[in-house]
Amino acid sequence: MVDGPLHPDALVRARGLTKAFGDFVAVDGVDFEVRRGEVFGFLGPNGAGKTSTMRMISCVSPSTGGELSVLHLDPRTDGPAIRSRIGVVPQEDNLDTELSVWDNFIVYGRYFGLPRRVLRERAQELLEFARLTDRRDDRVDPLSGGMKRRLTIARALINDPDLVLLDEPTTGLDPQARHLLWDRLYGLKRRGVTLIITTHYMDEAEQLCDRLVVMDQGRIVDEGSPRELIHRHVTPEVIELRFAEPAEQEAALSSAGEAAERIEVLADRLLLYTRDAEATHRALAERSIEPLTELTRRASLEDVFLALTGRTLEE
Amino acid sequence: MRMTQSVWRALERELLVFVRTWRGSAFTAVVQPVLFLLAMGIGLGGLIDDGAGSASVRLDYLDFVAPGLLAASALLAVAGEALWGVMGGVKWMGQFKGMVATPMTPGDVYGGLVLSAGVRAGAAAIAFLVVAAVLGGVSSLWAPLAIVAAVLLAIVTMSALSAYAVRKEDDRTFPLIMRLGVIPMFLFSGTFFPVEQLPEVVQPIAVLSPLWHGVEVARDATTGTVDGWTLLHVGVLVAIAAAALPFGVRGFERRLTP
Repeated sequence: MVDGPLHPDALVRARGLTKAFGDFVAVDGVDFEVRRGEVFGFLGPNGAGKTSTMRMISCVSPSTGGELSVLHLDPRTDGPAIRSRIGVVPQEDNLDTELSVWDNFIVYGRYFGLPRRVLRERAQELLEFARLTDRRDDRVDPLSGGMKRRLTIARALINDPDLVLLDEPTTGLDPQARHLLWDRLYGLKRRGVTLIITTHYMDEAEQLCDRLVVMDQGRIVDEGSPRELIHRHVTPEVIELRFAEPAEQEAALSSAGEAAERIEVLADRLLLYTRDAEATHRALAERSIEPLTELTRRASLEDVFLALTGRTLEE
Repeated sequence: MRMTQSVWRALERELLVFVRTWRGSAFTAVVQPVLFLLAMGIGLGGLIDDGAGSASVRLDYLDFVAPGLLAASALLAVAGEALWGVMGGVKWMGQFKGMVATPMTPGDVYGGLVLSAGVRAGAAAIAFLVVAAVLGGVSSLWAPLAIVAAVLLAIVTMSALSAYAVRKEDDRTFPLIMRLGVIPMFLFSGTFFPVEQLPEVVQPIAVLSPLWHGVEVARDATTGTVDGWTLLHVGVLVAIAAAALPFGVRGFERRLTP
């Protein structure tokens, strides 16, 4: 998928990258390239190989095949040097919950060998970044999930990294906390930090990513910007039809015919892909198709995933 | 050089956690052994010194049991932490995973744990030794050597038990290790009575117990009977720790950077 010479601004480059645990192949020969200053996403369901890929990039899990370079260095030989320049936000917070918010910054910064004077300055800035200034001396344990997540992200910035890896950064957060986090991530992007994000949230990928790869069963099934992927695989608009009975859905499917360019059948609804939603609505009315509910929306990466794999992300 | 510095950073973290949470661990490390010292050394000791028991321990019972408790409490204080603490770090809370996402290596994390066990056991031993001296259970200027015994035992316990714990998926076997390993060791390693009191067939088993070697060092120190045997016991403890370390490093590597 990544051909030709190395992009001059590529901070991460993988070719045929593979990770196997015994007989199980978690990542199956993937190629990708992450360029300086972009937000790059790995999109896919649980078990697609996103986290295994992230762990190889962050040099805490050796690859079992293929090539990988991170910040123009080799993870096999330069692990500590690479890790000193990246920030890692794992899927599950691994804060020192017995320590205070402040102590978490200082202790973590010491792992990078940074002097305490520098750490005090950075910790103060990062407290503000994470909107935790008034919780500075509180223990981490009783903080809310959103606060812990913001602290984990802020802590990952203590070494002023060139590259930040965020594994499912907003999983388990309420919508308000998610939007606050997105806001913080936009802020990082504006500062020129390169971000790699894994997510199974379509809206998150669409909101944040400049480019992304769609992963499924350890492989990359396509790559591009969210807009390119939608353009390539689906129509601009989608009509979702729900029916009271499965039999009605069957009947509607057989008579819908040319009303849409493509129809996906899900267990609980039909998805009609169309370039002209109004025309499709008219065609449905002519065929006397009367669903229980009808929703017209613009196509999303969820539809791309469905088109590429034949499955929804939740399956 | 880098290795030394990053192990030191891991130690910094462990000591900071200790400073912030010392009240919880102080009970196991200092208060509990002092209670034992009062009950066994003064209470039970009074009976033993008046009766036939004094023939077998050849010392005032307080003098006998104080170094035993000093060494044994290093084992007890560290054992739980080496098992459940390590499971917390690699699984439940995952702080060790956070550490290896930085320039730190799994070996650094393990090294920091082992060293901090030694430092904390040393601090607890000093506190205990002061109490024991005040109660009259220390009779030699060699006594500070007993602190070395506690430090070495803590290092042996942490390096060996955490090497075991880091290979486990959950804590199901940990209570078994405590009941069938640590507690019998605590009771039958010459802590409360000389191993010569044990049936002859099981006496050699006591020699396999790291605690017995630690107790012997501590007792030689506080009673002023330091000799070549003391050195030999120190050597055995150093050898056990040295043998456990590579297993520990490998275990931490496999678990944290699979």
